[in-house]
Amino acid sequence: MDLFEYQGKQYFARFGIPTSPGGVADTVAQAVEQAELAGYPVVVKAQVKVGGRGKAGGIKLAGDAAKAAQAAEAILGMDIKGHVVRRLWIEHASDIAKEYYASFTLDRPAKLHLGMLSASGGVEIEEVAATNPEAIARLHVNPVDGLDEATARRWVDEAQLDEPARDEAARLLVRLYRCFVEGDCDLAEINPLILTTEGAVHALDAKVTLDENATFRHPEWEELAGGEAEDPREQMAKEKGLNYIGLDGSVGIIANGAGLAMSTLDVVNQVGGSAANFLDIGGGANAAVMSAALEVINSDAKVRSILVNIFGGITRVDDVANGVIEALSRVEIRSPIVLRLDGTNAEAGRALLAPHLSERVLAEPTMLSAARRAVELTR
Amino acid sequence: MSIFVDETTTVLVQGLTGGQGRFHGLRNRDYGTKVLAGVTPGKGGTDVEGVPIYDTVAEAVGATGATASFVVVPPRFACDAILEAAKAGITFIVCITEGIPAQDEALAYNRLVREFPATRLLGPNCPGIISPGKTNIGITSGDIALAGGPVGIVSRSGTLTYQALHELSQQGIGQTTCVGIGGDPVPGTNFIDCLEAFEADPETRAVMMIGEIGGSEEERAAEFIGSRMTKPVVAYIAGVTAPPGRKMGHAGAIISGSQGTAQAKMEALETAGAVVAANPTEAGEKMVEIVRNLP
Repeated sequence: MDLFEYQGKQYFARFGIPTSPGGVADTVAQAVEQAELAGYPVVVKAQVKVGGRGKAGGIKLAGDAAKAAQAAEAILGMDIKGHVVRRLWIEHASDIAKEYYASFTLDRPAKLHLGMLSASGGVEIEEVAATNPEAIARLHVNPVDGLDEATARRWVDEAQLDEPARDEAARLLVRLYRCFVEGDCDLAEINPLILTTEGAVHALDAKVTLDENATFRHPEWEELAGGEAEDPREQMAKEKGLNYIGLDGSVGIIANGAGLAMSTLDVVNQVGGSAANFLDIGGGANAAVMSAALEVINSDAKVRSILVNIFGGITRVDDVANGVIEALSRVEIRSPIVLRLDGTNAEAGRALLAPHLSERVLAEPTMLSAARRAVELTR
Repeated sequence: MSIFVDETTTVLVQGLTGGQGRFHGLRNRDYGTKVLAGVTPGKGGTDVEGVPIYDTVAEAVGATGATASFVVVPPRFACDAILEAAKAGITFIVCITEGIPAQDEALAYNRLVREFPATRLLGPNCPGIISPGKTNIGITSGDIALAGGPVGIVSRSGTLTYQALHELSQQGIGQTTCVGIGGDPVPGTNFIDCLEAFEADPETRAVMMIGEIGGSEEERAAEFIGSRMTKPVVAYIAGVTAPPGRKMGHAGAIISGSQGTAQAKMEALETAGAVVAANPTEAGEKMVEIVRNLP
């Protein structure tokens, strides 16, 4: 789960990472109120979960109430790469002496934590990595050892942060590491991390991705969910407990297993079609799950045909077939459906399906032929 | 021969008294796997269809001499279960648990490496390992596998593993061992571990590798294939059409920036000399061709 900047800053605050004083606003009036509280000059920042909002005009400086209102007016409702701005973060504008970059993430090939620190912050780190890789000091941290302040201090030296920033930056990095580990982040990133003209070091931005697998030990995460208008199909799927991602094509996909679902998308593409969604219904394919899946697909106006691709391993295909038959009796599908059921007990499953087949309910023996048929039906 | 396990491997099941543990543990036993014990704290002294239950892994190992463990416990307990097994002397652990926090996984993996270097972990979040006709530890259906080799399978995805087994079995091509390494960010066993073992196994004469988007394990595997493997490899990568930045079900299956795209993985594998297929069916067909032409 990606957090908004303001949520990320609130999350940082739990671990003692300093940020600028500020507040959230959903209206122009609230924006002015928050600006007065923070003290001018203020920065008015669009809260969207997408990079590049500065370039898009989503961050504005304001020296007084009139300018703050003007900025809020301009930014609220703005469309930034498909994300509509509904909320602002207003904070006191910092006097920036230097901009740095700091982050922790998991280095998957190394199977260790990876810290990245750079004296060239404020720009996209991918850009720095591509054009000037030496400007990033990388530190591998073994989760068994953790990160202590002495190590963090050496790391800061290596990254050549400015001398006045070094001690405070080292302390902040230890806190950021704690936030990353104890806070169960997939990513904890500060860009820019700044040194102010008064010599303080703090986070001017916050990019935090939480590991949803750890939700069970973070009751405080509940209030972080939502906030941004989601794809209504995805919202519906989430309510039904389905693993669904909305896409733009016209073939609705239902498959069991993430790999098979991904593979189904690919095969539909290979035969000249495009998938309306990714949907993994998991190991079981009973009538309840299948009905829920069909309801979500039905809600998608772009869908012209449905492709069900189930491989029965432990789940026997005859059981799957019964589930599909029952689901089709419960849910009236808007588009024709192509079924590819294979695996354990496939023949028994196909025999069960046979009397239910029609112009709207078709069966195909292989993934490829099923994809072809589903794509033909969209035309 | 098979890799990592064989017909002599003795197994205990951590979580045998739970719904999933019972179902899969007993299924494994019915397949012929030597399931000697179950472990559930507080349930020692009972049994599950004749398989004795112990409170701790150490007791189960002491009583039965099991050397491998099948971990089927909920996410919040899985890493402790893995470490308990290693501490008790278990040398091969299969963990099928899905949904373990990445921080726990990273910590458990690094503790295993440092404190129990002799222990191999397969998973978490994997279908397990099957050596057809010999042993089956995990959730793979034995019905879709065919004994006798000559193909070894290694896969990062569950259902695609089954699909691959099925494609080969239907064509009458058997498997020496099929290893599902799982789709999590910190897998205990990776592609290279399996490729290396298949390369060394005299009965395995060709390898099918199934990868997916995310991470760079496939690229690293490609390097290994190019530099160290003499046996033919057929590869398939799922997720060519996956949009960047969205997790496709598996925690590990995500394209971030230019990293982890299917295209890059396929190109790396092709350059390394692997035969790259566009879909699982084609992968099966290409393997049939290769097996037919084996000397």
